[in-house]
Amino acid sequence: MRRLLNEWVHLVRPAAVLIAAMGVFLIVRAAVIPKDFGKYGHYRPAALDLVRSRPIGYAGQDTCVMCHDDQAKLRASGKHAHVACEACHGPLAKHADDPGANIPKLPEVADLCRRCHEKDAAKPKGFPQVVTAEHNSGVACDSCHQPHNPHL
Amino acid sequence: MDISRRDLFTIGGKLLMLASVGATLEQITGAEAAPDAYKMADHWWGMIIDVDKCIGCGNCVRACSKENGVPAGYFRTWVERYQVEEGKENPRVDSPNGAIDGFPADTNPNLKSFFVPKLCNQCADSPCVQVCPVGATFISPDGVVMVDEKYCLGCRYCVQACPYGCRYLHPETQTVDKCTLCYHRITKGLTTACCENCPTGARQLVDFKDPKDPVHEFLRQNKVQVLKPQMATKAKVYYKDLDGSVR
Repeated sequence: MRRLLNEWVHLVRPAAVLIAAMGVFLIVRAAVIPKDFGKYGHYRPAALDLVRSRPIGYAGQDTCVMCHDDQAKLRASGKHAHVACEACHGPLAKHADDPGANIPKLPEVADLCRRCHEKDAAKPKGFPQVVTAEHNSGVACDSCHQPHNPHL
Repeated sequence: MDISRRDLFTIGGKLLMLASVGATLEQITGAEAAPDAYKMADHWWGMIIDVDKCIGCGNCVRACSKENGVPAGYFRTWVERYQVEEGKENPRVDSPNGAIDGFPADTNPNLKSFFVPKLCNQCADSPCVQVCPVGATFISPDGVVMVDEKYCLGCRYCVQACPYGCRYLHPETQTVDKCTLCYHRITKGLTTACCENCPTGARQLVDFKDPKDPVHEFLRQNKVQVLKPQMATKAKVYYKDLDGSVR
């Protein structure tokens, strides 16, 4: 102990270095961590804005109906009344923003109908299903059924 | 004017109370409102799923994939087909490519079979949030579990911690990615891409804090279940008439 005290300088120097290092650490930490970190929990509130900033792809039912009310009326009276436009037509928010510049393509009918209506034992019993191979012998679905109001 | 020691304490105490009430109010109301007036404190998001309505068309998977730019071969939501044989302990489960193109037809009438859509359960007590070492994954004040891609290190702790297998490492950003419950949509008054495009209404976005939301009636009228309730994650995706074989 006495030797340590005699050679106190060996303690003071590393202590000074340690304190300086801790000071640098605290300064860097304060600079790097956003001020509002921990406002809602152990995370950065700006992350919420980051997720929210994603552009919207599917405009939503209400937007489509604003212009295409004729199709909406036709659909409302049929079995597809509760199927949203974009469920078949795809994401069309860009079309809604600028209808002239972004003209949507018509969907591929064969795949589209089959996905929902191909017979499968796992589907709910009341749901209309067909075995396409037997049902239409290769004729396109929409040559008999109107997709917006699919009764014959 | 003389201020006694007693006065000083009284005034000081009152000021302290006022300040604490102010601070608490700020926390409760979700602090300053966003410019579009969406208040996080007014919402508590979840989802209800009616298994009996699901036709396994994969519309939800396609919609999610397009809306959120999910890389091919990865899924934020997917549909499983269960086939349960009587007397067999384990069901057969398939989900070809997440059911993004639906399912190959199965017409075996001797099995009990049904579809189960899956997605992040937006747990209120989420294991993924608890294990993140850097505060990159979190639950928002309105109850959505999300990832801060700027903070995520890609350590995959959360991928392992999620009991529902709802997370993946994005192959390009090398950060963890998951369902955000279409946070960019629901905070702007739209529903999620999967719910928007479900043709049978099998899945429905709900807000537990909205007293007019149909979820309250749904929970009262139906037999509901969350996935893996034994994990005590406080999942907020409720399944109606879920079979016991579903994992």
